[in-house]
Amino acid sequence: MHGYANPARFLRLARILTGPFLIAGIALSLAAAAWGLFGAPAERLQGDSVRILFIHVPAAWLGMGGWTAIALASMAELVWRHPLAGIAARAIALPGAVFALLCLVTGSLWGRPAWGTWWVWDGRLTSMLVLFFLYCAYIALADAANRDGENGSRLPAIFGLVGAVNIPIIHYSVLWWNSLHQPPSISMGKSEMAPAFLYGLLAATIGFSLIFGAVVLMRMRAILANAQAEARLRRRAMEAVDV
Amino acid sequence: MSGAIKAKHQRLVLVLIALAALIGAGLLAAWSLRSQASFFYLPAEMAAKPPEPDRAVRLGGMVEAGSLKTDPDGVTIRFVVGDGKARIPVMFKGIVPDLFKENSGVVAEGKRAADGTFVADNLLAKHDEKYVPREMKEMTEAQARQTVEVTK
Repeated sequence: MHGYANPARFLRLARILTGPFLIAGIALSLAAAAWGLFGAPAERLQGDSVRILFIHVPAAWLGMGGWTAIALASMAELVWRHPLAGIAARAIALPGAVFALLCLVTGSLWGRPAWGTWWVWDGRLTSMLVLFFLYCAYIALADAANRDGENGSRLPAIFGLVGAVNIPIIHYSVLWWNSLHQPPSISMGKSEMAPAFLYGLLAATIGFSLIFGAVVLMRMRAILANAQAEARLRRRAMEAVDV
Repeated sequence: MSGAIKAKHQRLVLVLIALAALIGAGLLAAWSLRSQASFFYLPAEMAAKPPEPDRAVRLGGMVEAGSLKTDPDGVTIRFVVGDGKARIPVMFKGIVPDLFKENSGVVAEGKRAADGTFVADNLLAKHDEKYVPREMKEMTEAQARQTVEVTK
């Protein structure tokens, strides 16, 4: 892993992977969306409103997966001081927040026809909203800490680890507490979902994940390029003073 | 070099201890919230410890098959919410959500009347975790399960 501590080596790999990730991700997501809109059957109870499943569920998984990745990167930052860990966590935060928000918005749109309400304060919905707020706080904190320079990634890393407590709470909220949201349809090799929904969902999830990965790589490259440009400017300013 | 490794291990142990403490605290909090964080009372809970008549609470369970009746006025409905252990009669006046039907989940928001009836001022439909295409609806439960099984 420390082989990629060298940003130049990481950048070479990132440059190669970004394009294919993005193209494959968009293609797969569009295919899954087309299946969801035109191919998938109507559900026995919910009818056509079930089609939003192909956006809502992958968005929820990626919103949670994003914070899990932030927590792992934070661990690598705190323990091993991996030079790219803090940058990776900062790059993940924004797309993670977008997916969490997408999950909340599509869930609300789905809740109106399925449950009869846009929003309720049950365990699942509340903990997901908390995740979105955690992302917002993380982005603000990481930006502020970054301006402090050298030790700027320590505090966001601690926050990233602490915030990970919310992830199992989101998952178990529908099992621990009575909630309006139904329990998970897919768990450990068991699916309560008909194949027509399940395979479309898997395709959408892979597609969304590839887009997520491409965005993270692009953002990491941008953060590294920014740091490089700043360092160069600083050096030039020093030279100007010396002359 | 060995100093650096030691520092690394020390940090790893510290982070792991902090994580264990955090997870413990989270589990404790979730455990102590187990009744407060629930969105509704089950019929059995409401029967065992009825809330005061004027308190707004939620009651959640299955709408019992054959219990749904409409009053002569055409807008008031009565049904029984059960969870296999207790049954609570519910009265509601208004528009029900599309997914509200017998043998399906419901969350009723309202108050308990003095006679034990739950007077709801809002109904929410709660569906289960099964996603079944419309064409498969006519299948028996066993057939549907078998079809779902194939996706494992």
